[in-house]
Amino acid sequence: MPPPWRAGSASLDRKTDLTTSRPRLSSLRASAAHTLAATALALLSLSAAAQAQAPHKIPDTIEQRIAACIACHAPKDTAGRGAGGVYFPRIAGKPAGYLVNQLLNFREGRRQYPLMTWMVNHLSDPYLHEIADYFASQHPPVPPPPPARDAAAVLARGEQLVRRGDPALKVPACVACHGARLGGVAPGIPGLLNLPRDYVNAQLGAWRNGVRRAHAPDCMATIAERLSPADVAAISAWLAGQPTPPDNRPLERSGRPLPIACGSAP
Amino acid sequence: MTRRLVLLLCAALAALAIAAALAWPREQFVPSASPEAWAGTSAATSANIARGAYLARAGDCMACHTARGGAPYAGGRIMETPFGTLHTPNITPDRTTGIGKWNADDFWNALHNGKSRDGRLLYPAFPYTNYTKVSRADADALFAYLRSLPPRQVQNRSHALRFPYDSQLALAGWRLLYFKPGVFEQDAKRDAQWNRGAYLVEGLGHCSACHSARNRLGASDDGLQGGLIPTVGWYAPSLTSDSEAGLGKWQEDHIVQLLRTGVAPGASVTGPMAEVVAQSLQHLNEGDLRSMALYLKSLPGGPVQTRAPAPRPPEQVLEEGSALYRQHCAACHGARGEGLGPYPALAGNRALSLDEPVNAIRVVLNGGFAPATAGNPRPYGMPPFSHVLDDAQVATLVTYLRVSWGNAAGPVSSAQVNRYRAVPLD
Repeated sequence: MPPPWRAGSASLDRKTDLTTSRPRLSSLRASAAHTLAATALALLSLSAAAQAQAPHKIPDTIEQRIAACIACHAPKDTAGRGAGGVYFPRIAGKPAGYLVNQLLNFREGRRQYPLMTWMVNHLSDPYLHEIADYFASQHPPVPPPPPARDAAAVLARGEQLVRRGDPALKVPACVACHGARLGGVAPGIPGLLNLPRDYVNAQLGAWRNGVRRAHAPDCMATIAERLSPADVAAISAWLAGQPTPPDNRPLERSGRPLPIACGSAP
Repeated sequence: MTRRLVLLLCAALAALAIAAALAWPREQFVPSASPEAWAGTSAATSANIARGAYLARAGDCMACHTARGGAPYAGGRIMETPFGTLHTPNITPDRTTGIGKWNADDFWNALHNGKSRDGRLLYPAFPYTNYTKVSRADADALFAYLRSLPPRQVQNRSHALRFPYDSQLALAGWRLLYFKPGVFEQDAKRDAQWNRGAYLVEGLGHCSACHSARNRLGASDDGLQGGLIPTVGWYAPSLTSDSEAGLGKWQEDHIVQLLRTGVAPGASVTGPMAEVVAQSLQHLNEGDLRSMALYLKSLPGGPVQTRAPAPRPPEQVLEEGSALYRQHCAACHGARGEGLGPYPALAGNRALSLDEPVNAIRVVLNGGFAPATAGNPRPYGMPPFSHVLDDAQVATLVTYLRVSWGNAAGPVSSAQVNRYRAVPLD
């Protein structure tokens, strides 16, 4: 019997099946991912069954201790598409500095998601660092993106903002900070691929409304303020359609200054 | 005739006024033990400040007097009550927004008599009904500590209480009914350790603020017989009844372990008690925790409640509940609810079998971690199920848990589950 955080297996299968109508290459990739995931799941179920038969054999691992996190943020084998599906962000492989900042932001009230605040409310800084390090070190296989359904003009606007920015709006390109391949930059800047579209919309909206805050100067708040809702939708639509290269790890900081001052990436 | 009636009425009113005046809570002024220490603005000794810091932990002052992410003791935490919203004040020594202009007597008056420096009566959300038991020497040490904090200029927000609760007259009436100042008096028939435990539990610890039922006017009976915490939506179990969290049959070591680390065999703290352990109890010394455990264990168990056995839920509910349990819970809690490793047994689990099912419902909905403490720095967590299971499924599962493996508590409805989905988590 699978433990609770593996309850997403059904949704994983459903999502992988979606890809069968796509061109051959991604279909191959999908079936490879499917086989991998199925094998991993089978192994995990085996170990879960073994656990149930042999009491008091709960392993003392960080993974087991933070099963509560993995329940929504997906086990390694489902690559970011967890039990909740459309909203919970992938956090595996994001830079540890970014992740720990977010955990602290939830605990200290700079981000508002009651369930997250509830989870981390009484956890210590060292434990939050350990949790962040764990997720930063995970690089699960990434499923192909869902098929894009947006108008070409919307996607073009999204791509323009992501790759080149909009000087008229004083909005720098996303790639200028988040890495040329959008895989993030260690230690503090997250990758932007393989995230639920609704999550990206919600974050930019939260910055516009002042509900999500980061260390001053809060660069993303400034940028979100300059973007119209249509621009936000264009960015999230384009990002959601991008495949994630399997080796897309966060870059190291180059020493070049960022186009805008950021308190969380000084 | 009419004149006599008026006279009689006046006499009756006068008698009533005199009775009220006689019953009015007396301000007990106890002079500072060392008044010279407080002359002018000179601070107290470092030993006294350290003692005050410890006592502030025992009183968990910081939890309420700090906003999420705000400066410690600078106030601003929002407290929802059935009577409106309270905003906790800044108690750092800032001269304009904090208590920088207060002297030790002012502080004593607040703690002991529930009165602010400007003479305003304070709302009993500040638990002066408990703090009144604190000794003058301890109050002075607390004040010395608060005076030693860095001053923070954070403006207090005014309370937003509904009429008539926003009036000082109503508050005066409440105090007349429910508040009597008086420091803790030692029970000569008990030993020093018991008395120390009683002093901490009844005084600074203000355990009864949550673990006693409150009446419609928000007054608690101090009996530690358990109560639903208004607006917060958690049930603080009885500390006297053995069928709840009653400690009579618990090993003293386990009580101390729970208070100090947040987990003990078969128990772990969650909700508001997680905050109490994280911010207050884990910082207390072994001797004080032992004294508190000893005192709590000595409380009379109260009458054993004989309640009719709960009706057995329909077979279909039990089957569905069992299927949900096997799918979502058994991997950690064991196939027969026996508990595995760090995960508590559900068979015989008192938190599950309380008459009031709110805690069980909320644990299933929200999961969560025990607090990270020095004794349990990397707690295991439980996943939330609020987005995985709907109201009916949670109700079915909790109902199943409440009648399985020897548990015998009443069923839970999906309406009850739905109610606690909407309760704020913060």
